Amino acid sequence: MSEISEQQVAHLANLARIALTPEEISSLTSELDTIVDSIAKVQEVATPDVPATSHPVPLQNVFRDDVVGQTLTTEQALANAPESADGRFKVSAILGEEQ
Amino acid sequence: MSELIRKSASELSQLLGSGEVSAVEVTREHLDRIAAVDGDVNAFLHVSSDALDVAASIDQRRAAGEELGPLAGVPLAVKDVLVTTDMPSTSGSRILEGYMSPFDATVVAKSRTAGLVPIGKTNMDEFAMGSSTEHSAYGPTHNPWDLDRIPGGSGGGSAAAVAAFEAPLALGSDTGGSIRQPAHVTGTVGVKPTYGGVSRYGAIALASSLDQVGPVTRTVLDAGLLHDVIGGHDPLDSTSLRDEWPSMAAAARAGAERGSFEGLRVGVVAQFTGDGFQAGVRRRYEEALALLERNGAELVEVSAPHFEYAIAAYYLILPAEASSNLAKFDSVRFGMRVTPPGGGTVEQVMSATREAGFGPEVKRRIILGTYALSAGYYDAYYGSAQKVRTLIQRDFESAFQSVDVLVSPSAPTTAFRLGEKLDDPLAMYLNDITTIPANLAGVPAMSVPIGLAPEDGLPVGIQFMAPVREDARLYTAGSALEALLLEQWGHGLLAEAPELGGK
Repeated sequence: MSEISEQQVAHLANLARIALTPEEISSLTSELDTIVDSIAKVQEVATPDVPATSHPVPLQNVFRDDVVGQTLTTEQALANAPESADGRFKVSAILGEEQ
Repeated sequence: MSELIRKSASELSQLLGSGEVSAVEVTREHLDRIAAVDGDVNAFLHVSSDALDVAASIDQRRAAGEELGPLAGVPLAVKDVLVTTDMPSTSGSRILEGYMSPFDATVVAKSRTAGLVPIGKTNMDEFAMGSSTEHSAYGPTHNPWDLDRIPGGSGGGSAAAVAAFEAPLALGSDTGGSIRQPAHVTGTVGVKPTYGGVSRYGAIALASSLDQVGPVTRTVLDAGLLHDVIGGHDPLDSTSLRDEWPSMAAAARAGAERGSFEGLRVGVVAQFTGDGFQAGVRRRYEEALALLERNGAELVEVSAPHFEYAIAAYYLILPAEASSNLAKFDSVRFGMRVTPPGGGTVEQVMSATREAGFGPEVKRRIILGTYALSAGYYDAYYGSAQKVRTLIQRDFESAFQSVDVLVSPSAPTTAFRLGEKLDDPLAMYLNDITTIPANLAGVPAMSVPIGLAPEDGLPVGIQFMAPVREDARLYTAGSALEALLLEQWGHGLLAEAPELGGK
């Protein structure tokens, strides 16, 4: 068995910025334990002599000419924002009181 | 039922070209069909309000003597993972409810240029994570063959729309089988092109090293016609290949005309036979293999020893990439924003939004991906999975040294019942066993219907896989098999589907 704890899932949820409920943390912990057990079998064949593949069809870096292309207008870019002001995205406070 | 909606896209193309029917008539018939049956099927998340206007403009252009492409005036259903300027794009998620994209996905733009008439956006598992559409935030799609069963996933909406004659053509996306497995369970045709063969610009990314957009249709020729419209290089997608592609429609026509497999070496994947596959799936598959052999194919058993590790590697690579791709849903630039009671910092707002906006499967995979990528586990999990990817590519390379195409059943079972695997993620994941290797290696693959399983009367498909860049081989072989089966059956498989009650 892998050893995924509720504490670890809570930590991962914090890293992933998802405010999981205690019930979700508990059910995810047991599900992840099972899933991780089954996917750990990749280690059986992933010996040091095997190179890793990140991309199915090898490609070199792809660049375009450094010229202005089609871009969105400010209005288009902001059209879906939950909140905007003065042509910018508006966010909640960056720092909390304790910071 | 109107005869027009039973026509394939290539038949509609001829009728439209000769002026026997108008694009408006064709579009109206399909919209009527959607109105009649989609309450039961739930293939569509949104139906276009200006499809008839678009169709009318195609008719006008044709009347004015303009040379239009072969699919001009043919309706097209678009998977909701593809962004569109005229309809909302949600990717099946609550977090993107009502999202209106300021640009079209390249495949949508190309379809519009070719005169296709987008009629709606199709249902899917949230962010394409799933094999049943049950993970859609907007309720599951029902399989037209049996409304209590799953239509496959993630692109169950596109497959069901085509199977229920709500659209002759649809666009799908395939990360681990999301085009091919729905095709298998709905008796339709689905193609995952070579990685990079079709632009992903405007396809809301799930796992960028695996995702590929492709056609969902009722015939192999129709898939070829749509593939010819959407394929080719796109400077807006940096993974798009610069190849000049042959016509897939021409390849399909050549296969159907020839109706033989003389000279074709067909590799039967040894790992995808026997136990673990439903008896009726095996039976139809073995019959299809016998049909191939009787018509000149040379069958060769091929071993792909690392395919058994494909699911494990996939369920590390996919969540890792998905957890990164979905970081963009931050409640700032687009999508939902949920402010916790009493307010909060941007991070607290983000966390509350993602808690409310993502469904359980998406959370599961984001957490799994975050785990696989975290310090201390990266080498053991993500690193190992990438090595398995190399081994699977080598299995394909070695197989294609002695055969032209590989075959397998498209999925291990026929359509299962809605709810049957919802509480068991691993069982759901195992459904993708046959389709995942092609995504890991980037090779093209196609599912073609080969009959109904005797025990439950539900569709079964065969999967063809070809080397990277050899998509045309799939069309030639798939179309030849389809022609032989049509001759044997006297009709298309979907003629056996039950009538939908409608309203």
